[in-house]
Amino acid sequence: MSDLAWINAAITAARPQAVGALLRYFRDLDTAEEAFQDACLRALGNWPKNGPPRDPAAWLIMVGRNAALDGVRKRARNTELPSEETLSDLDDQETRAADRVDEGAYRDDVLRLLFICCHPDLPATQQIALALRIVAGLSVAQIARAFLVSEAAMEQRITRAKRQVGAGDAPFETPGAVERSERLAAVAAMLYLVFNEGYSTGGNPERAQLCDEAIRLARLLLRLFQTEPEIMGLLALMLIQHSRTPARFDADGQVVLLEDQDRRLWRAPMIAEGLALIEKALRHRRPGPYQVQAAIAALHARAATPADTDWPQIDALYASLERMTPSPVITLNRAVAVSKVRGAAAALEMIDPLQDRLSGYFHFHGLRGALNLELGRHGEARAAFDRAIALANTAAEAAHIRAHLDRLAADHQPANTAG
Amino acid sequence: MLYALLCYNDEATVWAWDKTQEDEVMRRIAVVREKLEAQGKLGPSLRLLPTTAATTLRKSDPPLIIDGPFAETKEQLLGFYILDVADLDEAIAVAKALGEANPGGAYEIRPLAVYNTGADLRVPA
Repeated sequence: MSDLAWINAAITAARPQAVGALLRYFRDLDTAEEAFQDACLRALGNWPKNGPPRDPAAWLIMVGRNAALDGVRKRARNTELPSEETLSDLDDQETRAADRVDEGAYRDDVLRLLFICCHPDLPATQQIALALRIVAGLSVAQIARAFLVSEAAMEQRITRAKRQVGAGDAPFETPGAVERSERLAAVAAMLYLVFNEGYSTGGNPERAQLCDEAIRLARLLLRLFQTEPEIMGLLALMLIQHSRTPARFDADGQVVLLEDQDRRLWRAPMIAEGLALIEKALRHRRPGPYQVQAAIAALHARAATPADTDWPQIDALYASLERMTPSPVITLNRAVAVSKVRGAAAALEMIDPLQDRLSGYFHFHGLRGALNLELGRHGEARAAFDRAIALANTAAEAAHIRAHLDRLAADHQPANTAG
Repeated sequence: MLYALLCYNDEATVWAWDKTQEDEVMRRIAVVREKLEAQGKLGPSLRLLPTTAATTLRKSDPPLIIDGPFAETKEQLLGFYILDVADLDEAIAVAKALGEANPGGAYEIRPLAVYNTGADLRVPA
């Protein structure tokens, strides 16, 4: 790998820790980001010459802090600090700096940085944009392309979000156990939003990259909080879902349903990591929504063919998820399992009461159509598919329902005309 | 003489590689690996999943089960190769060749006293 590629990877990996620590020093997001940018520029000059530092995050924190203080002192006509040229690899100074910033502080720095992005006043899309910019370090242009908006619009959105979270009321005290777990839960939810933003669209590679970013940040979070079963569950869930990406869309960019996917295309190492994590998590016997969802995803991943799927177990897991976080969408998902275990009629009975709450939801009508089709009720199936197609969020979703409708028209036209 | 070549690097950096970087490194390693395999000098190459997937059992009484890796260090053990070469010089030469294909981090070259090939495991691709 070229120097530049290696340095980029190291900087990307070190970013959350470094920006988090600089934010703790300067208590201002813009100053912290500027200091980090400064340090990165110096890294590009220094690392190819002196070799990569043993702890890139510690190097960037120290150089970034010095650069920012240097700026302040210059403005105050004060003496300059020693330059980073004196800080070579494995230098005593660097080691001392790394020792001073102990693991506990790092942990809270990264958590704080992520937590700032989950400010409750920010709408979800702004939380995601902010996290991608500040924590993951994506450029405004990259984020704009992922969200299909202009760079100027995204710049404005991020600036507004930054102003709103104004590091002024950011939580700088060392969090207690309760705050820490509340922050972790908010951060986990935000990371899952980032993941879903990437997962919900097919063809756009800029957007699919968000899945990788979410996974990277979840791994970081788990390295810092190694005994949190819900974080293990979150990472496992993302990995197993993302493992299916190569099989989720056909050559025309159309959605391939789980049961129609070529399972040989699933990424085995991601599944292996996901299964390992969910096994670890379940040993803690502190179940939570991410663990249950990961366990469901794991059952699909373990099935060599759709017929091998353990639907009764999936039904039971959805039942426990319904108890933890009641929601019509979860009931809808459970109905898919119920249709496999107890038949389409039982599943329809289960989702009928959801009509009022899910009448504007694509998947509700899609499932109703499929269940009615299975029961041979072609008129009801067509009506449901018509509703679904009107509510489709992506071209691929619409195309998928269109295929059902075309098949219905081809297979059953005479019968329906007669009836 | 058998050696284990233990691969240490910063896990966060290596797992931050994008697909292009990953593919490039794997392609470069493959060139070195295939040559060594053809010469009968390289046995299994294994990559370890991230330390976040690790569980540690402390052999205390009773044994203590801990989430995470055994050692918390700046670099992590990310994988290993098994070599069958004439001597340490040749092991170092192999390490250098692999290191050129995959820079960053370090290899620890550890002589092996016993090597059982064991059962034929089902190794996922």
